[in-house]
Parts: sequence; C-alpha cells; structure tokens
Amino acid sequence: MRRLLIAIPYIWLLLLFLVPFGIVLKISLSDYALSIPPYTPQLDLSTGWQGFAEFWSQLDMENYWFLTDDDLYWKAYLSSLQIAALSTFFTLLVGFPIAYGMANAPEHWRPTLMLLIILPFWTSFLIRVYAWIGILSNEGFLNQFLLAIGLISAPIKILNTDIAVYIGITYTYLPFMVLPIYATLEKLDGSLLEAAEDLGCTRLQAFWAVTVPLSKPGVIAGCFLVFIPALGEFVIPSLLGGSDTLMIGKVLWEEFFSNRDWPVASAVAIILLLILVIPIILFQRNEQKQREAGN
Amino acid sequence: MRRMTSFNVVSLTLGFAFLYIPMLILIIYSFNESKLVTVWAGFSIKWYGELLQNEAFLDAAWVTVKVGFFSSTIATVLGTMAAFVLVRSGRFFGRTLFSGMIYAPLVMPEVITGLSLLLLFISLSVDRGVFTIVLAHATFSMCYVSVVVSSRMATFDQSLEEAAYDLGCTGWDAFKSVTLPIIAPAVISGWLLAFTLSLDDLVIASFTAGPSSTTLPIKIFSSVRLGVSPEINALSTIIIGLVTVGVIVASITSKRALVRRQQETV
Amino acid sequence: MSSATVEFSPWTDPDTTPLISFEGVTKRFGNFTAIDNINLNIYPREFFALLGPSGCGKTTLMRMLGGFEEATEGTITIDGQDMAGIPANKRAVNMMFQSYALFPHLTVADNIAFGLHRSPMPKSEIQGRVDEMLRLVQLQKFAKRKPHQISGGQRQRVALARALAKAPKLLLLDEPLGALDKKLRQETQFELMDIQETTGTTFVIVTHDQEEAMTVASRIAVMDNGLLKQVDTPDRIYETPNSVYVADFIGDVNIVTGTATTVDGDATQLTWAEGVAPIKGMTGAQVTQGEPASFVIRPEKVSINKSEPEASNKVQGQVLDIAYLGNMSTYHVELPNGQIIKSQTANNRRIARRDITWEDTVWLSWTETAGIVLRD
Repeated sequence: MRRLLIAIPYIWLLLLFLVPFGIVLKISLSDYALSIPPYTPQLDLSTGWQGFAEFWSQLDMENYWFLTDDDLYWKAYLSSLQIAALSTFFTLLVGFPIAYGMANAPEHWRPTLMLLIILPFWTSFLIRVYAWIGILSNEGFLNQFLLAIGLISAPIKILNTDIAVYIGITYTYLPFMVLPIYATLEKLDGSLLEAAEDLGCTRLQAFWAVTVPLSKPGVIAGCFLVFIPALGEFVIPSLLGGSDTLMIGKVLWEEFFSNRDWPVASAVAIILLLILVIPIILFQRNEQKQREAGN
Repeated sequence: MRRMTSFNVVSLTLGFAFLYIPMLILIIYSFNESKLVTVWAGFSIKWYGELLQNEAFLDAAWVTVKVGFFSSTIATVLGTMAAFVLVRSGRFFGRTLFSGMIYAPLVMPEVITGLSLLLLFISLSVDRGVFTIVLAHATFSMCYVSVVVSSRMATFDQSLEEAAYDLGCTGWDAFKSVTLPIIAPAVISGWLLAFTLSLDDLVIASFTAGPSSTTLPIKIFSSVRLGVSPEINALSTIIIGLVTVGVIVASITSKRALVRRQQETV
Repeated sequence: MSSATVEFSPWTDPDTTPLISFEGVTKRFGNFTAIDNINLNIYPREFFALLGPSGCGKTTLMRMLGGFEEATEGTITIDGQDMAGIPANKRAVNMMFQSYALFPHLTVADNIAFGLHRSPMPKSEIQGRVDEMLRLVQLQKFAKRKPHQISGGQRQRVALARALAKAPKLLLLDEPLGALDKKLRQETQFELMDIQETTGTTFVIVTHDQEEAMTVASRIAVMDNGLLKQVDTPDRIYETPNSVYVADFIGDVNIVTGTATTVDGDATQLTWAEGVAPIKGMTGAQVTQGEPASFVIRPEKVSINKSEPEASNKVQGQVLDIAYLGNMSTYHVELPNGQIIKSQTANNRRIARRDITWEDTVWLSWTETAGIVLRD
C-alpha cells in the first residue's frame, strides 16, 4: 500500500519530468540535421551496446560553443537578466506600499483586500497582458489621456518597447510581490513600533529602523517570486515588447518553432536553467532562514 | 499600533487602480459598437453575438475545458498522493529526488517544461493532441496541488489519525473517514488551482498541442498577435466575469465553512 | 525591604510635589469609557502598581503616561509639565512592553543601545552605558546574542535594560513578569525591586496578579471599570479594604451580608441571620446604621476548634471540605443557615496529628478587630 502510494506519483514524475529533461540535455549535445526529428545522432537501440557507444561518441558541446560565438545569445541572456531585475525592482516599488497599506488597514477590511489582490491572479494571464496592448498603443488610452491633459503633444511609442515589458511584468506579477511582503508586515508586532517610538524614534525613523529590516524576508521572497519566472518569460515580451526586445524565453521559442533548430533550443534551455539555479538556491535559503526564525 | 494614514489610503487606492483599471477598460470596450477598440461609438453587445458564432473559438473553448477538467482531476489525485508521501511517508529511497521533482516544476520556466515534454512525446512517437496536453498539464499542476495539500497536512494534528487507528480503522479506512474530510478544503482548492492553471496556460499547451487540439489561450494568443480586437475583449469580459463569480463564491463558501468550524469548536 | 517601604511614604507629606498627576482624566474610545474621571498623584521614587482585572482600564492609564493614548478630558502632568500633545518619542518616560517588544533583528547590545542612538548622548559614551546596563541586569555574556537565542527570563531583563538605558524619570512596566513561570517570576520580583532602588527611577507597573503587586509595590491602585477603587499601601489594601470589591479582589475572603445594626465609633455590629448573635467587627468606610452592609474577614483570621472557645464572635458549623495546601489547610465550614465560612490554619503539626475531619461539628471564632464591616 505504502509502496504503491509512493510509486505512482514517483514514476509519473520520473517519466514526465526527469526523462524529458534528460532528453533535452541529450539533444542539446546533438547536431542539427535536416531530418525528422531534426537532429543527429539518433539512438538506435537495435544495434545494442555498440550503437550506444557510437551514439555517445557523437555527442559534443558544439551547440554551447555556438551559443558563445553568436553574440545574439549572450546578449539575450544579459538582456533577460536586466529586464527581469529592473521589473522586479519596479514591482517592489509598486508592491511594497500596497502591502504596507493592507497591513495597516482595519482588520475587517483585510480579507477583502487580500481577495482583491488575488483575484487578478486567477484571471487569465494572457488577458491581463492583452489588456495593456489597448492602453499602451500609439492610439491607446494612455496616449489619449496624456494628450488630453497636455503633457505630451504627440503620441509616444510605448507599446513594443522594453518599457511596455516592464509595465507588463510589474502588472502581472504584482500579487507575487504583495503577498509575501504583506505576510511579514501583518505578522509585525505593533508593540515593536511603539517601543521604537518610546525610545525616541519619530514614525518615519521607526519605519526605517524596524519595519524595513523586519520585512526583509518578505521582500526577498517577493523579489525572487517575481524575478525567477520573469527571467524565462515568453508571453509578455512577445506581446508587449518590440522586435528588438531580447528575452531568452522568446529566443528559445523562435529557435524552436521558427528555425526548427532543436539542438540549439535545447542548449539555450539548459543554460537558462543553469542561470536560474543561483536565484533558486538563494530563494530556498531565504525560506529556510525564515522557517528557522519562525520556530 | 496600526494606523490608517493618508499615505496608506493613497497607496492602496493607486495600487488597486493600477490592478483594476486595465481590466475595467477591457470590459467597458467589449460593449463598444465600433471595431476600433480605442474609440467609443456607443453601446452594443454585437461582439458577444459574433463571438458565440465563431466556431473556432467555441471549439477551442471546449478543448480547453476538457483539458482543464481531466488534467486537474489527475493532478489532484497525484498531487494528494505526493503530498501524503512528502508529509507522512518518512524516509525512503530517493526521497530527496522526489521532493526535488515536486518543487522544481514550480520554478521551471514554462518554455523549458514545454520543450522537454514535446521532445519526450516526439521520441516516444506519441501523436500530439488533447491527450498530450492533459499529460503535460497534469504533470505541472500536480506539483501545485501537492504544495497546497501538504501545507494543510503538515498543520493538522497527526494524533487524529492515530486515534482512528486506535479505534480500529485500517489505513485506508482512516484516510477515508478522518484524513480526507480534514484535508478536503485543501484538495478542493488544489483542484481549482490546477483547473485555473490549465485554463490559463499558453506556453506548455503550444508545445504539446497537435494541429487538431487548439486551446483557447493558443487561439487568443494568435489573434492578439495581430492586434486588439473587440471580440477578444468580449471573450475576456466573459472569462473575467466567470472567474470573479467563481472566486467570490469560493471565498464566501470557505468563510462560511470557517465560521461554522469556529462555532463548532466553541 | 519592608522597613524601608514603611519609612518611604511621600504621599503622607503634603509638601512633596508629585512626579505624575492625573487631574480629572477621562478616556473614551467611541462610546466606551475606559478611564472615568481619575485623580491620582504618583511620587518620585515610588514603585506604583496599577492592579485590576483585564479591561479595567489599567493599561490605558499607563499608555497615556507613555504617550500612546491621549486623554479625552483632564490633564496629565509629569514633573510639572502638561503632557497633552507630546508624542511618545519626546517624553522622558520609557516603557517595558508586555511582549518585551525586543527588536528581533538586533543583538541584545544593539537593542539596549537603540534608544541611546536617538538621544543627545555622544556616540563615544554609548558603549559604556550599554555595558553598564548589561552589568545591571547581569547579561554581559549575552551582548552579541539575538533575542531568539536567549531564554524568556533573559529577554525580560534585556527589555528592562533597554527601557532603563536612557535613564528615564519614569519607567512603565506592562505586565512585566506575565510570561515567566512562577518560580522565575518570584525571583525576578525581588530583582526588579533591587534595580528600582539602585537606579532611583519611579516605576509604574501594570499587573493583574495581586501577589505580584503586593510584593513589589510601595502603593497599589485597585481599578475596576475605569475607576480607582482604592489607592493605598499593600498592607492597608489587604487589612482595611474600603469596599467589598477590593476585599474580594485581593486575596481570599469570607463575605457575610446583613444589616449594620449598631455603629459605635470603630466598632460595628452586623445582624446577618435570625436567632444568632450579631457579628462584631471594625467600622469600614461609609457604613451607616440600619443600612445593608457586608462583613468581610480573611480566612486566616478565623480560628477553628472542636470545643467551644472563649471569643466575642463564634459560630458553630459542619466541615464540608478540607483543602490541604501543604503549608496550610483551608476548612470550608457550613453554618446552619447554609452560609459557608473558610478558615485557614497553618499546618504546624503533621497531618496525622490533626483532629478535625470531614463532617465534624466545629466552632469558628474571631476577634472583634479581625474583620471589617463595609457598605454594600
């Protein structure tokens, strides 16, 4: 009984998560070929051990060298990192005051405020990104509004620029930033702030000396929760970004679907994962530390 | 010492305006007469009519619901099992790998998950269609379900199960009559989460779908790439409406359940 | 200790200026009156206890001193200065919070230094002051620890050191020992008293634990429903309560209700049942002849005997229950009219030697000055 309970989800995950991942790794070491499937070597198990040895000898790091040769790729990685980092920063800038306001709101409002933050998360991601196309386009609502109040005299191009990508990421990932920060701020013992004031702080000083350092775990968690998915984002750069917006998710997609270069796409994926390992480990550490502090 | 200062009021107002104005604009302009989506030309529900006659959208919607239902149901069963294994099974061979495989998909970029599953299906020569999307969605949703369910299981008092054994239950019996009723709310919210994730997913579905199995997000994505259209606004309004009603009903039900539980314990 | 407190009684000297004075102070939250027209003086170097059940207004009263609540009506002066509108961070008053409110992200030393960094004290002197405070509470070894790395009792001392570091004129302590277990609490009470004496700071403590208040305080204010019921020294609060409420709140007490038949100076007689002699006791506050009144007496002042004793007050009854507490026993004795009187005796003999047991008929007796008759 217990074995079966472990075995079923285990085997499922092995087959549909680990094995596919191994295949990606394998293909990333293969060569591009004009065939179906479009790569070589193919593992032919009918030739037995010898076939495997031959197959093994044909795997190489060529695609990875290719990635370093062509500056498109490392520029795409750098640009993804930059876009993800900046968007995370903007999300923090927008999210912290919201979380702070929620934590200070009267207790009976808070469930409703929580619901209002979570609600967009349940509605389609695609629709939320789509909503910004109509706002940011040249004839869009933002330009209409800015023209109407006389702040600009001609429409400015926002859609299909990196700025639109920042806005899109900030908008769609906002709940991921607000919720962990709210969780730490809500737990914050109000008497700590009173103690700070009692010991001579003004309210603003108490905010910097107590609230900010104590909300750090939530801020870090929120930043990682935005940064990690933003790094591999595909939908937002392809709908809101311009043709020159380089994000690795988009590059991978195009490499795969447009160029049909599966080995290079796989190599791009492997490197993206390697880059992601660092923030993921840092994130885990932060969570671990928070759990320990909680006990 | 909680203070609702004017700073808090302003930041909440601006924050929620930022969150909701884009969606409100979408909804308002779905009732626009004009084909031009940024110019108001009078009230009309004609785009809803056109949407309901658009076979391609209706087919895609049906595929999406099917995929969502099957994948979330499989994900709920597997995810609950996985949660049980994580919380209750103690040590076993390969436990670290197992929990790694549960948590990794949560942070894995969708493009990579999609790519890897596609390459798997190709190397196994599986024909892509509804079946492959269901498999793909069930795999990543089960991880979310297991996180939701295991967090509930970790907090509930294990002596309840022990009491059930003590009173003569077998393992399955104890699970059915004690554990399941207690974790049921988490299992239900896990199912809802899995269903929503499946309805929402574009990237993984794009990789694993076949030519005959276009889901709604794939359909929306391909038409949105060509620009804003009032039909999509109408579709978005319907989706936002359904989700809002769903979330509000769910939160009211769970609040009632909570109140009832509290009254029972008092 | 006790001899010192007896000599120290500035409240009896009309020439002393109080450190704190409340004049007609009222505090309302919406429709709820938390503090109802209170007048109170607290003197320098006092260890003053605000005692009462939860919700009686004691915490509100203290938070008004700290600057966390504003009085709705009336004036509060500290050291001659009207406190209205002065925020917490501008008051020479520090507070030790019930939860201790130690900053979890700062070390013990940094917690103690927190207030000093926001005071005019030169940077170079802060370290010295922190060391001095650490010595005072005997935590030198723990300076570099974080609050979650020390025990509950140590946290309590850090909170005390932090609040005292700025050498406030007045230290407020909100249930300072509530989180400690009983043994530690008793030790800490004496430590608090020592520290109060060494630093010469005025302490105002809020507590719901009457034993704690009795132990540490020079004077106690018993509060109920936003009102001051009695403000007095611990022994007077215990021996001569001015109301049944205070008598009942502090310690264990027997209450017999009846009518004050003769009031003659210090002596009052209370008729309480037909066919029995009236009870003779001391005259309490505001007792008038012919009015309903209650006789209150502490169980340890009631003697219990098998044979009839010579005494001015004596009643016969039957032993209902015996609570054996080790050092003493409490006998619950039922009188013929159903009234139950508790008698407490020290167990200075081994249990087997004592002769009173369940259902025995016994005599209870007490002197004329042992109990007090109070107005209902």
